[in-house]
Amino acid sequence: MTNHVLKKSPLLDTLRTVPTPEGIELSLKVAGPMPRARAWAFDLLIRMAILLVLGLVLGALGKVGFGLMTLIAFAMEWAYPVLFEVFRQGQTPGKRACDLRVLHEDGTPVQWRASVARNLIRAVDFLPVVYGFGLIAMLMNRDFKRLGDLAAGTIVVHTESRRVAKRMTAALPLATSLDSNLAAQMALTLTEQRAVIDFAERRATWSTERANELAAYATPALAAFNSKNEVVDTDPADAANHIVQLAHVLAGRR
Amino acid sequence: MKQEKFESQYLARWDQFERGMTLTPKQRRTLKTDGSKTAKTIDATLAWPLEQLPQRYREVCHHLALARDRHYSSTLVERLERLVLTGHQALYGAQELSGGVGRFLRGGLPRLVRAHSGYMFASALLFFGPLIACIIAIQYFPDFAYLIVSPDQMAEVQQMYAPGNARLGLQRDASNDFLMFGFYVANNVRIDFQCFASGLLFGVGAIFFLLFNGLSIGAIAGHLTHVGYIETFWGFVAGHSAFELTGVVLSGAAGLMLGMALIAPGRQTRFAAVKSRMPEIIGVVYGAALLTFLAAFIEAFWSASRVPPVQVKYAVGIALWVITLAYFIFVGRGDSATAVNTRADRAP
Repeated sequence: MTNHVLKKSPLLDTLRTVPTPEGIELSLKVAGPMPRARAWAFDLLIRMAILLVLGLVLGALGKVGFGLMTLIAFAMEWAYPVLFEVFRQGQTPGKRACDLRVLHEDGTPVQWRASVARNLIRAVDFLPVVYGFGLIAMLMNRDFKRLGDLAAGTIVVHTESRRVAKRMTAALPLATSLDSNLAAQMALTLTEQRAVIDFAERRATWSTERANELAAYATPALAAFNSKNEVVDTDPADAANHIVQLAHVLAGRR
Repeated sequence: MKQEKFESQYLARWDQFERGMTLTPKQRRTLKTDGSKTAKTIDATLAWPLEQLPQRYREVCHHLALARDRHYSSTLVERLERLVLTGHQALYGAQELSGGVGRFLRGGLPRLVRAHSGYMFASALLFFGPLIACIIAIQYFPDFAYLIVSPDQMAEVQQMYAPGNARLGLQRDASNDFLMFGFYVANNVRIDFQCFASGLLFGVGAIFFLLFNGLSIGAIAGHLTHVGYIETFWGFVAGHSAFELTGVVLSGAAGLMLGMALIAPGRQTRFAAVKSRMPEIIGVVYGAALLTFLAAFIEAFWSASRVPPVQVKYAVGIALWVITLAYFIFVGRGDSATAVNTRADRAP
């Protein structure tokens, strides 16, 4: 029995590896258009809210207030993303809420020059309607870079989500009979371990039938690693739980 | 080596590394000068001197390599990956020199402009060419102005500079000056930025902005000259014209540089060429934005006033042109050895 399902390196992947001088590869999870659009919308709401509140306050100051308002609106448009990205480690409030972060391509925190470049070129990304060019550019390279990112040499990545761990524990009703020898019997590669844990994290988003159906693909591969070289038959109706159990063991929740 | 043994052996080191990376530079400084005072907040064993960063970082890298190679559990590998990433960012993500503003203005900017004088002249030609041609053409064919600016708009502009007005430009009183300042900054600096950014469309956007602005300014100037509003119009624009028009030229040049990097990238991919030229291009954009900002200031608080006699306004305008041109031609020639862009290493 081959374990082609898990061993084969994925063709589509949003992991970007950056080699370092130490001979280590950093892996960064680049973020696609959807989470980035969400972050942008969030930022937009924040900016509108600030302008609205200031508008009410400054409106009382008459023409001077209105002039001030124009200046602030201008700063909100151009300086807001740059200042946050430079001083808040690549995170505007919207990006922070969506666990995104802007980095240089080499994985270092974004600095003035790159941040200014990517945020000014936003003007072109925005053409012809709401981020048309930006979206096309994002879909045409494997790092989801909009034109500003391409020109400035930046990438937007997912940060370690504070919620993932929480999501996983929430998704996993702690299995009743955890076989702690399970992991010992299996020599899973890192990719395989990740696949198992990812499965467990996303378990809650599927129906039981769908989860078992997906789990059925992996079962032969997992069973093939049984140390006694026997294929242990897992009940198909229990395939998903089996993997979830395994995930618990792998994640160190014994 | 079993994972458990590996973990128990190095766990303390990783904790130390992680904790040390979260210290702010300020916390570190207090730690150095006064160990006793900070002992309450920072566990002294977890704080290590910054000089150890490269060594400790490499150690974590080594552990990550081992953990990956030995197929240790993904939780461990992920933790080590996180540590390596923070270490990498601290070690290689050195801060750009932020205190370089003074140096930039005292030499960097004019040197940058001189180094790319070809783009500056091209941009100036694309802008001033149609502008001057338009002014001259309208003196002989007055209706030509209406090809570029609609009669309604022209009537509006003409009314702004009517010789009887107490203040010039958009109709207003003195309390409006600040309002107009905000408006000029927001509007004109935005145009600068758009002009630069649209250079990414292979320079076409920048060329369009330059020609379009040149033509419309030329049409208005030509028309107002033709109807004889010379003192009011030229008196109004004289003060801020030096900064404003130089700003347009600089932002156009930045757009052209961007476009040229895409059209003729040399021995690089197109975007690699853009990236490698970006520091200089952004420098030019900074210059453009600064000039436009200054122009907005003058335009709002000086140009509109009718108190100073028009001769004074002309004199100030000419003086500012001389200063602007002299700045870009002469400043910063002495210490040309200094690189335009300097990086300074800074502690994380």
